Amino acid sequence: MKPAPFEYSAPTTVAEAIEALSHDDAKVLAGGQSLIPLMAMRLSRFDRLVDLRRIPELSGCTRVNGTVRIGAMTRQADAEHDPIVAEGAPLLAKALPNVGHYQIRNQGTVGGSIVHADPSAELPTAALALDATIEIAGASGVRRVPASEFFLGTMETAVGDHEIVTAIEFPVWGPGSGFAVEEMARRHGDFAVVGAMCGVRIEGGTVAQSAIAMFGVGSVPVRCGAAESMLTGSTVDGLDLGAVAQAAVADLDPPDDLHASGAYRRAVGAALVERALRAAIEEAGHA
Amino acid sequence: MHEVALTVNGTNMRIEVEPRMTLADALRDRCDLTGTHLACEHGVCGSCTISVDGRAVRSCLMFAVQADGADVMTIEGLANGEELHPVQKAFQAEHGLQCGFCTPGFVMSVTKFLETTPDPTDDQIRDGISGNLCRCTGYQGIVRAVKRAAAELNGQS
Repeated sequence: MKPAPFEYSAPTTVAEAIEALSHDDAKVLAGGQSLIPLMAMRLSRFDRLVDLRRIPELSGCTRVNGTVRIGAMTRQADAEHDPIVAEGAPLLAKALPNVGHYQIRNQGTVGGSIVHADPSAELPTAALALDATIEIAGASGVRRVPASEFFLGTMETAVGDHEIVTAIEFPVWGPGSGFAVEEMARRHGDFAVVGAMCGVRIEGGTVAQSAIAMFGVGSVPVRCGAAESMLTGSTVDGLDLGAVAQAAVADLDPPDDLHASGAYRRAVGAALVERALRAAIEEAGHA
Repeated sequence: MHEVALTVNGTNMRIEVEPRMTLADALRDRCDLTGTHLACEHGVCGSCTISVDGRAVRSCLMFAVQADGADVMTIEGLANGEELHPVQKAFQAEHGLQCGFCTPGFVMSVTKFLETTPDPTDDQIRDGISGNLCRCTGYQGIVRAVKRAAAELNGQS
């Protein structure tokens, strides 16, 4: 259970980090809470780790242009307790306490979890649900990728080998919005077997905006577009949330594994979507 | 080899480490502080929990090179001389351990947990210790120990 040998760089600027990544078989070290176990079990080995912890500009939460911008190296525990996140991105604030255990969140970073792209992780799902934008820096400059194009497969993303994620921007929903996170895990803090995140914004009794995203149901987190279209534009009082939840899982084909069968994930997933929607609508002020 | 300068339990130390050496191994093998226990070595069990810059972290999920400049506290730094820390006393009084292997990790986790949650509910206690595994006690004694420690710490302040 000891990692294979590697060289270590601790750059202090993004430019230095990109330079360090361009040589060898190098890998970014963010919080290390997923990477180091993979290395300890020798599932991964690298010539060099480039530790981003010493780059101050990569940490912190700010309100920018209608978004909550979170530096990629912001620790999950810091984002969890940041009033800017609580006010501007309540869904993220609700998702964060479900990430690992608190000792993990003390080291784990927001960007690290999103780039790791575990299909049962909360933060990639929150990014997808909120239509976040991921900012990526590389030798040729900075590019911005929408969350909908970012997650390509299990632990596969749009980030290239010689690039780093510098920040994630989560759009702020306006007044009248409500959010909820529901998940089923064997033990609090363990990876979820299945989970759902919902957001609604209600204007004059009508759903003006909605988002339903699920995790633990495939190789990437998924948005449930058909179910969202049943919500958006409808009056809240007439909604059949059970039918919306069934529509959310209708096209899913979750995997069977040791923890649960695909059929079980679908059944539980539908219940979680319904529960999350009910809570989100209640929070939006229209119980 | 990298030279790492860090403070451990109030003492400044300089150690030489390979990049791949975890902070847990460095504490045990370079600093001769074997109170930090390693069990799963991949971040599941919590046995190796220590405090780094005031936060509870798993020392098997951090490389020693990352701790350059850090302020580390291990289980050895908790007692005040011969006087045990209230959390240590509570684990003893409530039989919050049997074999004791997981205990340093539990004590460090609980100590940090009570700093941010001084008056925890039962649910909060169970959540607070969910990152640590104990195979002996069935957790009842540990939960009682957390309650006793919280009461004593609150009485002190």
